Amino acid sequence: MADTTRTVAEPIPTAAPAAFDRRDADWYLDKAVQVLVFIGGISAIIFIIGIFVFVTREGFGFLLEGFSFGEFFGSPRWKPTSEYNTTYGILALVAGTASVTGLAMIVAIPFSLGAAIYIAEFATGKTREILKVLVELLAAIPSVVWGFIGLTIMNPLIIELFDVPVGLNVLNAGVILGLMAAPIMTSIAEDALKAVPDRYREAAEAMGATRWQVIYRVVLPAAKNGLLGAVLLGVGRGFGETMAVLMASGHAVNLPDSIFDSVRALTATIAAELGETAVGSEHYQALFTIGIFLFIITFLINLTADLIVRGIRKG
Amino acid sequence: MLFLIMTALLILPVLIILATLIYKGGPAISWEFLFDDPREGMTAGGIFPALVGTIWLVAVALLVSVPLGVAAALYLSEFAPDNWFTRFINLCIINLAGVPSIVHALFGVGAFVLFFGFGTSILAASLTLAIMTLPIVIVATRESLQAVPLAFREACWNMGATRWQTIHRVVLPNAVSGILTGVILEVSRTTGETAPIMFTGAAFFLPFLPTSVFDQTMAMSLHLFVISTQVPGVPDHLPYGVALVLIAMVLTMNAASIGLRMYLRGKKKW
Repeated sequence: MADTTRTVAEPIPTAAPAAFDRRDADWYLDKAVQVLVFIGGISAIIFIIGIFVFVTREGFGFLLEGFSFGEFFGSPRWKPTSEYNTTYGILALVAGTASVTGLAMIVAIPFSLGAAIYIAEFATGKTREILKVLVELLAAIPSVVWGFIGLTIMNPLIIELFDVPVGLNVLNAGVILGLMAAPIMTSIAEDALKAVPDRYREAAEAMGATRWQVIYRVVLPAAKNGLLGAVLLGVGRGFGETMAVLMASGHAVNLPDSIFDSVRALTATIAAELGETAVGSEHYQALFTIGIFLFIITFLINLTADLIVRGIRKG
Repeated sequence: MLFLIMTALLILPVLIILATLIYKGGPAISWEFLFDDPREGMTAGGIFPALVGTIWLVAVALLVSVPLGVAAALYLSEFAPDNWFTRFINLCIINLAGVPSIVHALFGVGAFVLFFGFGTSILAASLTLAIMTLPIVIVATRESLQAVPLAFREACWNMGATRWQTIHRVVLPNAVSGILTGVILEVSRTTGETAPIMFTGAAFFLPFLPTSVFDQTMAMSLHLFVISTQVPGVPDHLPYGVALVLIAMVLTMNAASIGLRMYLRGKKKW
């Protein structure tokens, strides 16, 4: 098990003595493969740029003409089909996304952190393996199934428990989203905890610290960047989730006062309305403008999370 | 103890949900349900066109993303120097995985449906899905390539083999099962995705089977969305049945992928 990590050794020297200079079929094949593989390598860059270019291209007309920064971000009125006074204000939609994501984090952070601590610090052998597999399977449940669960199981449950008229609201979508985000956050948080060297724990234990003191005073502070990265990725997931939020949030344009209000998320708006708009219309372009906004926000969240997580790997 | 309770609280709701799905959806599952067309405005009958459509979408998406993803992983693992450009590629891969699925859908509409003129078709939907799930293949493949010891490659180079000969004869054969786990994961993810195919190729209701990649198709995930929210008067057991079949497909594939990974870990000789 020498160095199996990132790097591969130096390539075969290209300036070999003349006697070894073999520019035969194999040599050319090798060059061809290098080119093909390089194209594959840069495909991710091409697609990221492509997403930005094509989404912007479709939304561009709106950005040039109907777009007003103050109205778009400052108005809670999303009335794209209103006859006299069409307004495209995403404030209520942002509030919807933020309230649902926020509640999801309140649900997901304690549970995923607790689960990560248990799996990384306490569980051993078989239990640990089984828990890790379960968490991985949880992460695999498709978002449309989560939405269906919100619609059919959570909805009547909320109506009954809290005696409210509608069960499709911030609470419903937030809990669903929390359950969706928790597995991913758990596995990243667990990685971060595992990355804390054992000698930290041993040193703390040698000084007579209890298990809880070791975790609270030593392991958690040492892993805090990775844990922060895990939370950020959870936020990114919540921000971008579409189907579950569309089905469970009640889909009413609304600045929520309480967790029992129905809201509408940015992503859900696109999913619900794109099918009903004419290609190239102002409404259609406004939806693509929301797409650009979502793209930029998630890009920033992912970039930050990546920088933080990479920071701990280096340090 | 506290942490054990929290772990249990994380897993318990999901077990309850699974049990409910099985309890309510189980009675709906039958041969007719799986192999019959939806009838009477989707309030009766089966899910066959959606099942076939999902298989089409996944298969075409795999044809694109597996070669591309393996090539990208080969580049990153075997060729790429450790510099800012490679780090930028990695950043793009992470972001590709993080872009919301609905933004992928917008990209699919803008690029494949309109710009390249594929129309709403299996091709457009599958390409969108392929790009969305590309990071899964790349990451899994890169990991299994990097798990092949460097000494294997060095031994091969010392025999005078070119890089491609080394990759083709030594590296890939040792990594192929690891790549397979990634591919299964991708299939599972592609099966469940809804938002990216809504506007690019999946139809609400289409009682015909697709005959080419330029046709539209029904799909399991969208079908669940449609009959649970868009169609009034659907008897309860139908959407539960669809959800159960969908989740069974996804979980089976994930379990297979995890099982394969564990088996490989146990078998590893170095």
